[in-house]
Amino acid sequence: MISHIDVSSVLKRSVCDLYSNLVTRPTGAAVRIGIEHHLDEIGDKALAVLDFSHVGLLDFSCADEIVAKLLMQYVSLDIPRREVYFVFYGMKESHLDAIEAVLERHGLALITQLADGAPELIGIVEDEQRRAWEKICEMGSARAADLAIAIGVPADSAARTLDTLWRRRLVIRQEGGYFPVRGATNGLIAGGLLADGAGTRGGSGVEAS
Amino acid sequence: MTTVIDVPHSLDDRSFEEIFDKLAPLPPDEKILLDARRTRWASPYGLTGLLTIAQTRLERPAFAVPENDDTASYWSRASFFKHAEGLYDISGRVPRTRQASESSVLLEVTPVVHTQDVHTVVENIQQRAQAILSEKLHLQSKVTMRFTMAHSEICQNVIEHAGTGGWVAVQAYKWQQRLGGRNVVVIAVCDAGMGFRKSLESSQGPRPTDRWGDAMALEETVMRGMTRFRDPGRGQGLAGVKRFIGNWQGKFSVRSGTARIAVVPQWDEDEPMKENLAPFPGAQVQITIPERMPDA
Repeated sequence: MISHIDVSSVLKRSVCDLYSNLVTRPTGAAVRIGIEHHLDEIGDKALAVLDFSHVGLLDFSCADEIVAKLLMQYVSLDIPRREVYFVFYGMKESHLDAIEAVLERHGLALITQLADGAPELIGIVEDEQRRAWEKICEMGSARAADLAIAIGVPADSAARTLDTLWRRRLVIRQEGGYFPVRGATNGLIAGGLLADGAGTRGGSGVEAS
Repeated sequence: MTTVIDVPHSLDDRSFEEIFDKLAPLPPDEKILLDARRTRWASPYGLTGLLTIAQTRLERPAFAVPENDDTASYWSRASFFKHAEGLYDISGRVPRTRQASESSVLLEVTPVVHTQDVHTVVENIQQRAQAILSEKLHLQSKVTMRFTMAHSEICQNVIEHAGTGGWVAVQAYKWQQRLGGRNVVVIAVCDAGMGFRKSLESSQGPRPTDRWGDAMALEETVMRGMTRFRDPGRGQGLAGVKRFIGNWQGKFSVRSGTARIAVVPQWDEDEPMKENLAPFPGAQVQITIPERMPDA
């Protein structure tokens, strides 16, 4: 399942309908809890597109509460809460300032989707993981053996790298191999998590398909 | 008995030390009169600092209004008297606030007590900052967001660490002598709360070192991002502010207790750390962002 969550709408619903800026730690915590409530309803395997297009300012405290603490629950090398992948959509340059700082602080990474639809990997990622991720995006999907040939590393090394990327929820693991995490704003297929673009928009600013 | 403390002719973060020096030996229940009759100018630090002083007194203090009409009028437009009337016994003529907005006052003196105050401050300043930052300071429009972000973090610091409310004000003005008469934007956030040292001590106690004091607490928080919270995500706000200020050749100073730390740009000759200052509760923060010259 793919779910589109308008973060600005969650802010207005959770905190105050007059606010357009994500500032202060209590505000960030309230918005994160709103997002978590939605994620609790969308199944055990899902892709959440968090849309920041209508968010004005995002400060460090809110970035830590919303982005870092959300990722830490769902993106873990040990036992993540559930298999939820995230795409951060509609980020402005000033948002990225705050987000990159908190990713660095916690050693996290995430996928943003740019206006042209291209995904970008930001945060703390080892060179080999980044190389593998970029190749997966280029190839559209790959098994460990395909990736090993493509980037010229032993098969077991490619398998370990892909497994790490999957545990960090930076690639999607399906029966057919590994797929890049991409948003589904135009009804795109994202790693087998099919979006038909015909979701319903609810009062919470959530669109699911 | 009332002790009269003269407010300097020109009141900024430097000259304010004269007030702290005179205030320090006085018991908190002694009546004081802050005499600003001959004061001609005050920075945001000066205005917010004056309000903060009143919050430290057990006996309601008195305040004498500047005699110069322009000065008093400006302080009115900056909403100083609106708040001072609740804290001081005011003597002298307080000009009625004009409705016309003051273009150089980016943000009037505003209380910061609750989380929603930060939202209000951010919403207000966003509307006014864009024009002044781009037209007067020649900063790119994207800097407005970062400027507002810095503002938000400093205000939150009051709510999270001071244990009491504080005051914020922002003005844009032209320096007469320094930096060749460049325009600057100055943010001041002052509170009379627990201060940086007590905030750190509240969770971890005093550090087991002879150096422990206000200066070391400022170094640990401002320079190294330490905080009283165990959450590793904490302490990023001031670090982010420091980074922003550094990128834009600004100046950032924090006074707390008996020490003052400053991130000093090339254009300024201030000391990075001052110790053994007159004790004053809470934290007093100032950010100065200068006009960017065309070749900068």
